[in-house]
Amino acid sequence: MPTLDTAKIRADFPVLEREIHPGVPLVYLDSTATSQKPSVVLDSMDGFYRCCNANIHRGVHTLAEESTEAYENARRRVAEFIGSPSPRQVIFTRNTTESINLVAYTWGRANLKAGDVIILTEMEHHSNIVPWHILAAEKNIRLEFIPVTEEGLLDLDVYQDLLQLQPKLVAFTHMSNVLGTVNPAAEIIRLAHATGAIVLVDGAQSVPHRPVNVQNLDCDFLAFSAHKMCGPTGIGVLYGRKELLEAMPPFLGGGDMIKRVHLRSFTPNELPHKFEAGTPAIAEAVGLGAAVGYLNSLGMEAIAAHEQEIVAYALERLEEIPGVSIFGPSAKYKGGVASFMLKEVHPHDIAQILDGQGVAIRAGHHCAMPLHEKFGIPATARASFYLYNTMEEVDKLVEGIYKVKLVFRV
Amino acid sequence: MDDFYRELIIDRYKNPQYRGELNPNDISFEDDNPLCGDHIRVDLRLDADNRVTEAAFAGHGCAISQASADLLMEAVIGKTLEEVKQINRDDILEMLGIDLGPVRLKCALLPLKVLKAGVYGLGEANEELVT
Repeated sequence: MPTLDTAKIRADFPVLEREIHPGVPLVYLDSTATSQKPSVVLDSMDGFYRCCNANIHRGVHTLAEESTEAYENARRRVAEFIGSPSPRQVIFTRNTTESINLVAYTWGRANLKAGDVIILTEMEHHSNIVPWHILAAEKNIRLEFIPVTEEGLLDLDVYQDLLQLQPKLVAFTHMSNVLGTVNPAAEIIRLAHATGAIVLVDGAQSVPHRPVNVQNLDCDFLAFSAHKMCGPTGIGVLYGRKELLEAMPPFLGGGDMIKRVHLRSFTPNELPHKFEAGTPAIAEAVGLGAAVGYLNSLGMEAIAAHEQEIVAYALERLEEIPGVSIFGPSAKYKGGVASFMLKEVHPHDIAQILDGQGVAIRAGHHCAMPLHEKFGIPATARASFYLYNTMEEVDKLVEGIYKVKLVFRV
Repeated sequence: MDDFYRELIIDRYKNPQYRGELNPNDISFEDDNPLCGDHIRVDLRLDADNRVTEAAFAGHGCAISQASADLLMEAVIGKTLEEVKQINRDDILEMLGIDLGPVRLKCALLPLKVLKAGVYGLGEANEELVT
């Protein structure tokens, strides 16, 4: 198994050179919220604007040709990265949230009716709950949730029972952004398909951190964001099975998504353009393509192994601290996320004092209020790890928590 | 940054003087800070001249929001409702004795927002109450 040369990797990320306070370097442990960006990504976008910026798909001049090629090349790279049979099944959206909304508003509206059942899980990000709430209210659809066990895993026995309801859709996160739990996606999908359900996988946290192949998973939809995988903000992806995408009505209306427009009617364009109305995030697509190239150069297996090593060490060190409790399963069930609480200290205060040490973590409900509600805690502190993080940074996190204890006299 | 956590704030957080609920009360209101899940309830008792005789807060939150709530309860006792309406964000910052960025300012101002929504008899608290 190739391992990551973190010293070399860190040199690829300009922001990691930054001092947060004089003499206090940045320890960035918030990649689950958004990852940092390597120079190759920044340069690709800068280079695009400097050399060939033009609107895509209709122009015939040189810049338009080059821009179209750059944009479509990014789509091909993404398709290859996730094992999509064709680039035409890769739709560029704004982010994971928009990808899920696209499915809810088009596939959902066209295919679901009153009384139909959608199965979600209790560990979903709000982006994979609220679109279904909206659809459920509109169409009188029933939402059911696979429970999370005390240990922080999905209760697959209850899932099997829920499948008896003959759900039309099962939508779940591949990896929890709070617990870090990596769900047995292939198994969940296999069981769903056996009852005839369509499956949407929220890959926002898995695609950046481990190998994800849509054909191996056999998912019907996969949603993810560029900005969590070394790419820019403003662009995300929806992968979909071809027959489904072709049968779905369009999402947003406007330019580019049409074949023909008359005063009183229109014909939608073919895939993937049907779902990409208006001028898309062209430079961002180029950046995403560069990010995919960067991740491929390191190897997704190696990235996953590196994070596994760091999170195991982080959990071990955190557990040693009196008063700290960990939220989520043991290292073997999860990716690079360590959510924790410190007795008598609010997570916001932990994050604030850690920031004084240059350590950037997140505090709050991490857009997963139902999960926090279930465990009866308003908020948690979350350290998350990516390919550029080191064991020394975990040590700095731990030192910082001791500083919190000192300030709060706990 | 650690200047945030002055003795006063840690003391008020750990040993609040006005934590609790007043039942019955003349004014009661509660609200959340959706950003961090903080929740605050404020109860007031008034005399015949609409002057606050007792004040208490309940809920959970960070040291900044809890200390702010405790100091605010202390400050409103003895004030008329008209005087309470005049309290603004600068008064809160002065009580806390710290400077806050936009994110933590929301924590500090949550108690005042809840208090004012109660005093004005609003259905819902809003940002305008504390700007």
